[in-house]
Amino acid sequence: MVLEEVEREFSLGKKDAADGIPTYYCPGENLFPLMEKLKKDFEVLLDITAVDYLGKKEKRFEVVYHLLSLSGKMRVRVKVEVGEGEKIATLSSLWKNANWLEREVYDMFGIEFEGHPDLRRILLYPEFEGHPLRKDYPLKKSQPRIKLLRPERK
Amino acid sequence: MKGENFVTTTVESLIGWARKYSIFQYPFVTACCGMEYMAAAASHFDIDRFGAGLTRFTPRQADVLFVVGTISHKLAPVLRRVYEQMTEPKWVVAFGTCTVTGGLYDNYATVQGIDAIIPVDIYIPGCPPRPETVLDALIKLQEKIRKEKQKWSLRK
Repeated sequence: MVLEEVEREFSLGKKDAADGIPTYYCPGENLFPLMEKLKKDFEVLLDITAVDYLGKKEKRFEVVYHLLSLSGKMRVRVKVEVGEGEKIATLSSLWKNANWLEREVYDMFGIEFEGHPDLRRILLYPEFEGHPLRKDYPLKKSQPRIKLLRPERK
Repeated sequence: MKGENFVTTTVESLIGWARKYSIFQYPFVTACCGMEYMAAAASHFDIDRFGAGLTRFTPRQADVLFVVGTISHKLAPVLRRVYEQMTEPKWVVAFGTCTVTGGLYDNYATVQGIDAIIPVDIYIPGCPPRPETVLDALIKLQEKIRKEKQKWSLRK
């Protein structure tokens, strides 16, 4: 299995999460070579998401990658800590679906992926300002695109 | 007048009566409420009993706009455009809690009630509303259509 191999090569410390999925923290600069190795066994990129630890951690964001191995019948989770304004490598050349998943993370959290072919909003409209899943974005701060008949109800 | 069958009425009430039984709907379905809308339209509840069975899939041929499901701010200009494309006379039904008030989506993305975008005639509460509620709303809408003052008359 490629897991032991990358654990040695990148000296990763395994952490068992509550759901039993082996979880690794990886420094941002190692992300691409690590994922390139992992792809040998983990064919499916299930999800990319992020968490905002505003005021709780030194580096604000954690980008979370979920991988699935069909041949090995197991999953693995890789986390990368990203500070505000920092960029991390895109995986869109490894998994094609990373393209849209990274656009979603960019849309919601404003984390930029270096080398991404088409990094623009995927869910929200282009004129939307800010990134709504950041903890400092007010929950109810809507940005209407048209003049409302009842502005108080926005 | 022997042997003649006739009724007397006014043009206004005749038109109101005719209109209330020929409601052409445009379903603007965006979310789970659509399932209940389909149930109301299907054979068991059979919305056609009230003359509203003919669904038009272009707003230009529709009388009533059924807004069924959550409307986000991203979608708001589309809904307004659809409403503007409908010809007079036109009515709007807000179907389900999300369209009425925004429902449980009390956040940045969702319009807190579609009457912020377009005028609404009938509000149907429920998450989702039962088909009976839909039929009840339809009957109330028919009553509203029947009573409506016409903007023209035969007399100058």
